[in-house]
Amino acid sequence: MRKEIDAFLTAIVVMGSLLVVGILIAIVTQVVVLGLPEISWEFLATEAAAGGKTGGILNSIVATLLITFIGILIAAPLGVGSAVYLEEYSTSNRLNGIITMSVETMAGIPSIVYGLFGLVFFVIMLGWGWSILAGGCTLALMALPLIMRTSQEAIRAVSNEYRENSMALGASREQTLFRLVLPAAFPGILSGIVLSVGRIAGETAAVLLTAGSALGIPRSLFDTARPLPVHLYILASEGISMSKAYGTALVLIVLVLVFNFCVYRLRKILS
Amino acid sequence: MSEEKIKIEVRNLNLFYGTFQALRDISLQIPEKRITAIIGPSGCGKSSFLRTLNRLHDLIPGAVVKGEVILDGRNIYTDSVDVVELRKRVGMVFQRPCAFPMSVYDNVAYGPRLHGVRRKRQLDEIVEKSLKMANLWEEVKDRLHERAQNLSGGQQQRLVIARVLAVNPEVILMDEPASALDPISTARLEELIIELKKNYTIVIVTHNLQQAARVSDYTAFLLNGELVEVGRTQEIFVNPKDKRTEDYITGRFG
Repeated sequence: MRKEIDAFLTAIVVMGSLLVVGILIAIVTQVVVLGLPEISWEFLATEAAAGGKTGGILNSIVATLLITFIGILIAAPLGVGSAVYLEEYSTSNRLNGIITMSVETMAGIPSIVYGLFGLVFFVIMLGWGWSILAGGCTLALMALPLIMRTSQEAIRAVSNEYRENSMALGASREQTLFRLVLPAAFPGILSGIVLSVGRIAGETAAVLLTAGSALGIPRSLFDTARPLPVHLYILASEGISMSKAYGTALVLIVLVLVFNFCVYRLRKILS
Repeated sequence: MSEEKIKIEVRNLNLFYGTFQALRDISLQIPEKRITAIIGPSGCGKSSFLRTLNRLHDLIPGAVVKGEVILDGRNIYTDSVDVVELRKRVGMVFQRPCAFPMSVYDNVAYGPRLHGVRRKRQLDEIVEKSLKMANLWEEVKDRLHERAQNLSGGQQQRLVIARVLAVNPEVILMDEPASALDPISTARLEELIIELKKNYTIVIVTHNLQQAARVSDYTAFLLNGELVEVGRTQEIFVNPKDKRTEDYITGRFG
C-alpha cells in the first residue's frame, strides 16, 4: 500500500512539474512563432505610425527603458536603505513589525490601484501630467516591496560572525556595513533588483494611468509615452494588429531576458 | 606570578546580561607574552570573560560590565578609552574560522585598510608578513587573489590569525580556536599559538583540557561565573588547591 501511495504521489509531483515546464514552453513558443515574422530592423528602429498599425516600436522601447530605469533608480536606494535600517539599526520590534506588515501589504496591492494612486498624486496633484516621470515613480512604488524584502533577506543571511569579526578588528558599525555586510549581501540584493525589473518592465495598468499612451519618442521626463506593455495592450485590445502585438511581446520578453543575462554575467565577474 | 610582567589586570569584574549575572567578582592577572588558558564546563562564563577583555559586550544590548580591566595600567572601561584603538591592541580569534567573502589578500588587508593604510606596497608587506607569522604564507602565496572561503578550515583559522596579526595587536584573545578543526589542523594551530607567545600576550578559552595543558603557561578555572583557581598550568593540573578544580580536571564533572 505504502509503495502505491509513494508511486501515486511521485506521479502527481512529476506531472505538476511537467505541466509547469509545458506551459512555459507553450507560451514562449506561441510568442516566438507568431512574433518572429514581425521582427525586422525596421520594426525595432522606427516609430509607430497610424496608431501602431504600421511602423515599428522604437518609441515604446525607449519609453520602457526610461520608465524602468527611473523606477529602479528610485526604488533601489530606498528599498536597500530601508532594509539596511531595519536589519542593522532599528532596535524597535514594534516599528519593524509595522514596517514589515506595510511592505507585505504593499506587495499585495493590485497594480491598477497603484495606477490610480499615481494618477491622483503624481499626475494631477503634483501636476506632472501623464509622463515618464509619473510612470517611473509609480513603478518605483510597486518595485519597492520586492527590493526591500529581498534586500532584507540578503542582509539577514550575512552571518553575525562576520560582523563580530569585523568589529573585533576595530571596525565601526558603518565600516562593517559598507566594507563587509553590503558586499556580502550584494548578490542577493541584485537578484531582488533583477526580479523587480522584470516585474515593472512588463507592468501595464499602472503605467497606462500614469504615463499615458501617446505615440512618439519621449524627449523629456515630462513627456507622455507608450511603453511596450501598453502598446501591446492597445494593439491587441483594439484589434489594430495581432502580429505586431506578438512582435512587441517578443521584444519585451527578450529585453527582460537580455537584462537578466547581463546581470547574471556581472554577478559572476564580481564574485 | 610575581616574577612576571603583568599585561592585563582584572579587578572585581562582574558581568550581567539583563538580570542574569554571568561573571561574579573575578580578579586575576594576565602576564605579558605568556599563554593564559581559561578552562571550565560549558556555560561557566569562559567566552563571556574573554569578551570583556576587548569590550565586545558593548555590542550586546542589555550587557553590563562592572569592575575594572586594566591594560598596561589603564582601565579599559573608562569613558575616555577609544574602543577602536582598544580592539586594535586586543585582537580576537573566534570559535569558528570566519574567512570574509573576499580574497585571501583582502582578508588580511581588511584591518590595515580600516585603520587607514592605503599604499599598495605597504599593504603587500603587511599581508606577507602576517601570513608568514601565521604559518600560512607557503600554502597561499600563489593563491592570494583566490576566494578565501576555498581554503580548508584549518587554513581559514590561520588566515583569521593572520588577519588579527595584520593590525599589529599586543594581546590576542582566542575563543576555542580549534574546536571546529580536525586533529592535524589543531596540532598545527597549537604550534602556531606557542610560537606567537614570543611577541604576543595570549588568552585562550578552551574546553579541551589537554590543549590547555599543552599550550598554556597559566590556567584559570571558571565555574558558574566564578573564578575558582588560577595559577601555573602545571600546578593547576598536577596539584590543584581547590577540590572543584581537581574534580573537573580528573573528569568528575563537566
